[in-house]
Amino acid sequence: MAAIEPLKARKRPIARLGVFVISHSLIVSVICCIAAILALLLLPVLAKNTYISENALMPGSANTMLSSEEVSEADRFMKDVNALSLESVDAGIKIAKLIAQYMADLGAEVCYHKFHHQQNQFNPLHFFSIPDPVVVQRNISCLSFGVNTVGVIRAPRGDGKEAIVLVTPYNSSGMDAAEASSLGIGYSIFSLLSQVTWLAKDIIWLAADSRFGVYAPVAAWLKDYHTPLFSGLGQVNAEVCHESNDLLKLNDAMVSNRNISNIFTRSGTMAAALVIKVVDRHDEADKDTLSIFAEASNGQMPNLDLINIVNYLAVHRQGLRVKVEKFFSLLDSKFLNLVGETVELLGKVAKSLNPNWRFGIPVAEYVEGTATLASSLFNQALGVPTGPHGAFRDYQVDAITLEISPKGSLKNKDQRIDFLMRGGRLVEAVVRSVNNLLEKFHQSFFLYLLTSPSKFVSVGIYMIAFALLIAPLPIVAASLYSDANRRDSSLRNEGSSQPHVFADEPTPTLKSWRWLHAAKSVFIIHFWGSLVTLLPHFISKMPNGTPTSSLIIWLSLCTLSLFLLYMISGSPFSHATASQPQEWAVLKSVTVSAAFIGLCLMSVINFATAEIGALLIVPMCLVAYPLKLDLQDWSFRALIRAACNLTLVLISFPPATFYLFKGGIEGFKSVNAGDFWNWLETLWAWNSATYLYIGMVHLPCWVSCVNILLHPC
Amino acid sequence: MLLPRQTRLALFLLSNLFFIPIAFSLVEEQEQFTEELLLKPLPDRKVLSHFHFQSRAPPTASYGHHHRLFPKAIYHLVHKYRIREMELSFTQGRWNYERWGGFDPISSNNAKPPGVELWAVFDVPEHLVDAYWKNLTHTLSGLFCASINFLESSTTYAAPEWGFRPFTGSLRYGSLPREAVCTENLTPWLKLLPCRDKAGLSALLERPSIYKGFYHSQQLHLTSAEFKSAELDSGIILEQTLTVVLQPGTKRTGLAYFQPSWSISSIFGKQITGKCVLAKSSSVFLQIESDAVSELKNLWKENGMSVKSNEMSKNLWSNPYFELSIAPDRVREASSFNSDSSSIFYEFFIQKYSRSESFDLGLTWKSPFVWSCPKAPLHATRFLMGSGNERGSVAITLRTTELNWRLMDADISEETCKLRVDIFQMVPWYVKVYYHTLLVFVDEKPQALIDVVERMHVSPSEDKVSPGLMELALKLPCRLNSAALTIEFSKGFLHIDEYPPDANQGFDIPSAVISFPSFKTRLHFPNDDSVSYLPLLSKLQASTFVCMQERSPVLSYTEVLLVPLTTPDFSMPYNVITITCTVFALYFGSLLNVLRRRVGEEERILKKKAANKKTNRISILLSKFFAKLRGRPWEPPESPVSSLSSPKLLLKVIVVAAVAAGWQYYSSK
Repeated sequence: MAAIEPLKARKRPIARLGVFVISHSLIVSVICCIAAILALLLLPVLAKNTYISENALMPGSANTMLSSEEVSEADRFMKDVNALSLESVDAGIKIAKLIAQYMADLGAEVCYHKFHHQQNQFNPLHFFSIPDPVVVQRNISCLSFGVNTVGVIRAPRGDGKEAIVLVTPYNSSGMDAAEASSLGIGYSIFSLLSQVTWLAKDIIWLAADSRFGVYAPVAAWLKDYHTPLFSGLGQVNAEVCHESNDLLKLNDAMVSNRNISNIFTRSGTMAAALVIKVVDRHDEADKDTLSIFAEASNGQMPNLDLINIVNYLAVHRQGLRVKVEKFFSLLDSKFLNLVGETVELLGKVAKSLNPNWRFGIPVAEYVEGTATLASSLFNQALGVPTGPHGAFRDYQVDAITLEISPKGSLKNKDQRIDFLMRGGRLVEAVVRSVNNLLEKFHQSFFLYLLTSPSKFVSVGIYMIAFALLIAPLPIVAASLYSDANRRDSSLRNEGSSQPHVFADEPTPTLKSWRWLHAAKSVFIIHFWGSLVTLLPHFISKMPNGTPTSSLIIWLSLCTLSLFLLYMISGSPFSHATASQPQEWAVLKSVTVSAAFIGLCLMSVINFATAEIGALLIVPMCLVAYPLKLDLQDWSFRALIRAACNLTLVLISFPPATFYLFKGGIEGFKSVNAGDFWNWLETLWAWNSATYLYIGMVHLPCWVSCVNILLHPC
Repeated sequence: MLLPRQTRLALFLLSNLFFIPIAFSLVEEQEQFTEELLLKPLPDRKVLSHFHFQSRAPPTASYGHHHRLFPKAIYHLVHKYRIREMELSFTQGRWNYERWGGFDPISSNNAKPPGVELWAVFDVPEHLVDAYWKNLTHTLSGLFCASINFLESSTTYAAPEWGFRPFTGSLRYGSLPREAVCTENLTPWLKLLPCRDKAGLSALLERPSIYKGFYHSQQLHLTSAEFKSAELDSGIILEQTLTVVLQPGTKRTGLAYFQPSWSISSIFGKQITGKCVLAKSSSVFLQIESDAVSELKNLWKENGMSVKSNEMSKNLWSNPYFELSIAPDRVREASSFNSDSSSIFYEFFIQKYSRSESFDLGLTWKSPFVWSCPKAPLHATRFLMGSGNERGSVAITLRTTELNWRLMDADISEETCKLRVDIFQMVPWYVKVYYHTLLVFVDEKPQALIDVVERMHVSPSEDKVSPGLMELALKLPCRLNSAALTIEFSKGFLHIDEYPPDANQGFDIPSAVISFPSFKTRLHFPNDDSVSYLPLLSKLQASTFVCMQERSPVLSYTEVLLVPLTTPDFSMPYNVITITCTVFALYFGSLLNVLRRRVGEEERILKKKAANKKTNRISILLSKFFAKLRGRPWEPPESPVSSLSSPKLLLKVIVVAAVAAGWQYYSSK
């Protein structure tokens, strides 16, 4: 016996380790989850300082050339614009005309770009693809159109292969001083760049008519730039829009100058884009403030170098205060302060042991970093762009929005000129730096989270938390399955001691295929999930629907369809009684595997969504245990487990999560029942993959977990 | 023998009298060098200066191999590579067809795509052409300090049949859009001139001023009739041209339409101090475009000044609108086909001027004046469509300009009137063009290809061997507003060592050439025979006397396109090395482990160890853990032998750690 046993037990070490880990899945998963949460909390500590990776950028190596001449000209321009915006009749067209005239006087090629506003339509079949342009053309509404003004400066000695885009959104139907000064900054830069000899890339200035929101004009212009229509454009216009043709004629009349045309003017491939926005916050500060917005659709970020040069130039050259978005409500959080203090203390101890260990950061910095990080993570996870720069990212162009707010009043002339000068010089220096770039942005990171304008967490670090979170899932699945198998076989062994004729033969096949039933029910739930994902499209077509009623309709339809599917496919409740007692374990193992696959897939599409999703799903999946068994047990441990299960299931239900989150951020008084529906609507309108994730991964996993909880063992 | 002085003089006169007719007949047999400069104010407040140097060598058969003026390098080049015609251009910046003209001979001949463009026609059998081309590129790259040798690879040049030039034969065409042009290319070019840049018009070529301009194109055009197949034996003609567009006066004036006044010294920073003594003729022309002339006439008429056209052109150099600082030596009128009025050339002879009396022509505008330049019949733009790294499409749009349609041969009012447009496009192989996806839209309506394409020649690209080539002859209705062509492509993958430096910039698609064969750019100098002695003007006139080809068609180049391709992470080799090393280490480590392991021995040692161990809780836990790892049931240690070794060890470790921590703490203070 002693000679045989070692031989039998001798397996490969890796396999042995695997078996060991699987047999201790409970401890492993607890350790992994705690470590993951710790890793998340430690991210602000692990953040690195940003550095400019591409040497060719050379930010701030040349003196800025913007002089008071250009700025005073820009001030004159702003005055003209302001004067026009006070007029009520046709102010939009007149402002466009004025901008075009000013651009043309600088020697630029100018064109008008007319676009029609269209509601963002949810089109389930074209989720990631761009819908057919002809169909879109037919859906346009004629009266709502805007006119963008586009000016192009050809680089005098360049070859015109690349271009830098400056965007200044302005609301043509009601302009305020801040918007006028963003146009003013654009104009001062443009007038400078039309004279300089160092340009290697063309400059495109897009004065975007933002009466339908800041995103729509930029997206429409980019679409026409990249995928123009050659056929039938005029026809559709004539068919659909009789009224707007007069305005087209008006446009023609606008073209008096030979440099201004209605024909779409193009330049080369876009290297980078800057959206310049001025907001008047009316708060007295000692410095002008610059806020950087970078998140594009589905958590895509521009190259970190672009943010770096803006931050570097704003802080070290123009003396602005640079900010990125953060959750202000997190700043007062006691828990975070406590963690921050602990980190600081640990850092101090470590430093006293070895002065080279410098990982501690002050409490304030930690809390601030966490608030920024949370906001960064949240915005990426939402998958909705935070500004017009998002439209550029869809065409692989790096773009950010610079939101500048002046320290003083824009009504004071000296302060205004001072502000224009500072803003203009910042943009000029950024343009010059990008102009130096020989290749496109590729050196620095694309996957990162910001913890402050000058600190970032790269993908290599923030994915540790995610990896730790999802690591227990396959282990738990394997252990559950093998446990269920073992108990089953032991049961069978007991059974087979009694004389039974046909017992031995079908058992091996049945045993290895027993997960099929569980897989079927999980598959049905996921199928239901994809059906449910499509439902809002039809609900949104219903007339007179308030968000609340739509939400109720949606929820009831969801429940109804779930029961229908159960009826059709055979409920597991009826089946389970007839089958093995360990049925729920196999079901849980399949559910956990499905969650694992879904999370892994999502992490490829939008990492931040997967990370937040994993935080919600993973504990729920791991803890899930039939309530019936718990109640039968009636021990302290079982009750705790049942309570945990119930809370986790409540928290992870998507509407509940949303309301809790919203309440946590904004206070529970402002939460309405319909908010969730509105939120879903924005998600699908922006083609956010988060919507798909909620519908096809999160909700089915939640239902599967509920299924396990209610399992009649 | 000494002759009396009078006799010598008489003899000299006699011989002169006697030989003059012979000398005239032999004028073709002499080497000749001429230098000319054409200045032209452009409508957008810039000035075009076009230098034209021509050297001519008589045929070798009658003149021999030795030359006084003609550059030896070029003579060798022509003979060694049997070149019938060749053109090499170095260009920086883009020609603005909308503002600087697209219909006149200068824009057709001297507006070139950015970078280097080279084409050559060889007088050799077809199977040798490629070899000659390759050698030629290497020679030229040495001669002009440029990387023309990159055109050697068969993926970079093509053999257009009829789309590029009507002249068929052994033509090869290649271009390098990314080649930077600098003074190091200009210096060897100047060395080909007999006076270099020391005297004559070329002395104006002050580097900072000519490279500051908006457009800079330096060209070398060779025509030779040295070889058998040429019917007319006229020797070798080397034309060197430099076309520069400069902005006089950098300061912006308040009035947008006020043309800036300029003089030669203000735009070049130098003056002309006499001609190159070796030049046969040396002259400067100032051209006022036909549209400007007719505008002037209209203004005069409005102001009530009745003038005959003849008189006007004579007096035009000083009028209420502009004034020349030097009276022209001669005024020529040239009628072109595309307008009623004629453009005016003021000619200035440089031989009159010397170092003491330098030539500094100035043009002063007195009142605001606006005109437009002659534009090509259709304005062509090319751009990329789509985004992403997988596929995209190239679009060429053609748009009518305000052109006077009368100059066409056919009657425009007819329904059958067709405008022919030739398109020549060469695409590198990694941009895989699907030629079957060609779509043509005329006035926003899709057209069947059969209706619009008259002739088509396509040679698809072959991976890593040859570029794709498309030659299209379109027949478009004369009354069209716009036309568009789109063609789809998918992006290929390159091998890692095929990527050029700065691969992340993207890859260039060279300019396409759009030509309008039914339009000819030429100026006509009525009853003016002396033009044939001025190579620049006769080139503008494009008589067969100078150019081997017949009248040149209106030609324009489109933009160079930049296609972003997928580029690997070039730090990848490092990662690959790391991972390979890891795999090797794992493999050899486990192999060695297996080879040197003796299972029985280990068992024995383990058991012995277990026997020696004290059974405290930690060691039991540890041994349980290891047993689990090994997949064996845990056996409790057989004989618990009490020994103090373990606590001793623990104590030792703690003491050492404390000492280390203390050391660290105090040393840091």
